[in-house]
Amino acid sequence: MSTEMSEQNSKLARADGDVVLQVTDVKKYFPVKKGIVFQRTVGQVQAVDGVSLELRRGETLGVVGESGCGKSTLGRLLMGLERPTSGSIKLNGREIADLKGPELRKMRRNIQIVLQDPYSSLDPRMTVGDIVGEPYHVHPDALAGRDRRTTVQELLDVVGLDPSHVNRYPHQFSGGQRQRIGIARALALKPEIIVCDEPVSALDVSVQAQVVNLFEQLQEEFGLSYVFIAHDLSVVRHISDRVLVMYLGKGVEYGTEAEIYEHPTHPYTQALLSAVSVPDPRLRGHRDHIVLEGDVPSPVDPPSGCRFRTRCWKAEDICATDEPMLVTRDGAAHPSACHFATERDVVHALDRDLRTEGAHMFGRDGDSTASR
Amino acid sequence: MTDILSNGHHRAIRTPLDALAFDEDAPLLEVRDLQVEFHTRDGLAHAVNGVSFVLEAGETLGILGESGCGKSVTAQAIMGILDTPPAKIAGGEVRYRGVDLLSLDESVRRHVRANRIAMIFQDALSALNPVFTVGWQLGEPARKHSGASRADARRRAVELLDMVGIPAAKERVSDYPHQFSGGMRQRVMIAMALALEPDVIIADEPTTALDVTVQAQVMDLLAGLQKELQLGLVLITHDMGVVADVADKICVMYAGGAVEQANVYDIYEKPAHPYTKALLESIPRIDQKGQDLTVIKGLPPVLTDRPPGCSFNPRCQYARGNCAHDEPPLYDVPGGRKSACHYWEEVLGS
Repeated sequence: MSTEMSEQNSKLARADGDVVLQVTDVKKYFPVKKGIVFQRTVGQVQAVDGVSLELRRGETLGVVGESGCGKSTLGRLLMGLERPTSGSIKLNGREIADLKGPELRKMRRNIQIVLQDPYSSLDPRMTVGDIVGEPYHVHPDALAGRDRRTTVQELLDVVGLDPSHVNRYPHQFSGGQRQRIGIARALALKPEIIVCDEPVSALDVSVQAQVVNLFEQLQEEFGLSYVFIAHDLSVVRHISDRVLVMYLGKGVEYGTEAEIYEHPTHPYTQALLSAVSVPDPRLRGHRDHIVLEGDVPSPVDPPSGCRFRTRCWKAEDICATDEPMLVTRDGAAHPSACHFATERDVVHALDRDLRTEGAHMFGRDGDSTASR
Repeated sequence: MTDILSNGHHRAIRTPLDALAFDEDAPLLEVRDLQVEFHTRDGLAHAVNGVSFVLEAGETLGILGESGCGKSVTAQAIMGILDTPPAKIAGGEVRYRGVDLLSLDESVRRHVRANRIAMIFQDALSALNPVFTVGWQLGEPARKHSGASRADARRRAVELLDMVGIPAAKERVSDYPHQFSGGMRQRVMIAMALALEPDVIIADEPTTALDVTVQAQVMDLLAGLQKELQLGLVLITHDMGVVADVADKICVMYAGGAVEQANVYDIYEKPAHPYTKALLESIPRIDQKGQDLTVIKGLPPVLTDRPPGCSFNPRCQYARGNCAHDEPPLYDVPGGRKSACHYWEEVLGS
């Protein structure tokens, strides 16, 4: 499967930019333990179960899925905060899991994270200057001590904060400003990759756009690559070049932003996209509407075969026995992990007259929506 | 479904409600110039500053705003569940079928709650009591308000769970809240709100804590029940997408005040207030790619220290000199709309 995947990846990838992060069939199982004195393992939470992806320089990879699908665990794996149960994660061609000591530290400099909650991810007793400058304490060789203060102030300026606020404490800032502090801290070591784990979901609507725009502007300025993990599908579409859709620890569909949003083929992607409401009342009742039954099954005991089959309207016997691989099937342009992958437009209005300019931009004609 | 609801074992006792002169021709719910203040250490905060709206049976009103704009306080004031102090209702009226609820004694008002106006909260896990079964909590309105027996109340709880689409309701009724998933818990909340057949439901961010696919399920259920039972629904949310899907009319709130009110189609097509317009332009849409997100500069004001004049003026791109000292009234805009902007014509035309 892994070779298949990397073929897929290279086909998908844009011509420009070399691969900075290559993830192949990575798995992370957490043991479920029972017993007080003698703990024995009674099962495993298959948090991430065979995910492959590729991140190129200067691009943004969106990872979407509902809570419990393993997207945050994937982020932690990429950061080297969790050791994968199996599979490989290569940063600039070097296996992360093999690194030790100084090399591991050096690797860590290269990949940084921005966390979701700007309230709990900043130490309330440290000043902003200390927070943003802390990476230099961990990696003293990154920057000489005498330059640190000015660099921290420059970083604050880069993320749109007043450099003179360097001695203030986090509680003196609003949610959006705190997220900027977190971003400045992530930028301190000049990483190539930033993993953003739900970076805007705790922010108010009017502030969200400020932070999203900041991410885009920084990417342009520093040539950063982002892994953008979020549950807000509209924000992910806005910022991503490519998107991985996850369900219960597996990647179910992988493609460019246009392939995923304009031509989704996996039933789960379709259900997910159709559930997102569009802020336009004229589309009410004119969009394809898929309501899924039931809840996500437990990752301790996932369904056999296709993990989505328990909620899928297309499921047949084969889905319970054969696990569909994330491969490009005949007639499709991108990989989808469904035996019956067919395209269905769930984002736009079914009615041609109501289609928005965005739809025309992609030259969609609306005839392929009859798969209902 | 109405059969299930009116099989008679509740509303058996006479309640103080029978003494009230409800006027069935008056609007279902009418809020007039509601003012709520909070006395805080930092001074007086006008959390709600002159909000008015009318809600008829079978209608959905979306109250849209960011955190701290006063939308939840408005809901709590209507329900009569504000903590006073620190809150104080400084003025205005909340009329249900013509009767001003704010003038009622608390002993009467508690019968209006649940019987006539019920509320659905955002966080079902903290709104439900973890040490009682769901069935016990669902039967509580019937026991307390209608004097139903324990057995009757339990039967009623099963009916209610059935109505909100919880599978195997007979078994699930003896489960505790933690045994339900997030979406199922929110269904339980909806069931509880419907327990005494209210006419008005106030839903405060009912789907915010849920995953998208579950959110769609819960909104479908709520909208379906609203239509079926001809409820008046007040939907409080910050999600412009959710309101666009279900609301009939919208009230946009900013810093405690209603800044724009209009029919849902008008407001999304041509907003008449700069704040609404900026909000709509600042969110990415799932059906479009490549649009620029307009940034609303700055932050919403602190309620204890609102800017003089129009509270949006420091962030507004249409602001002129007079905006900083003349507080705009709610101007009438053609088409039965209202906008609290001196330059609404310009905003509407742009």
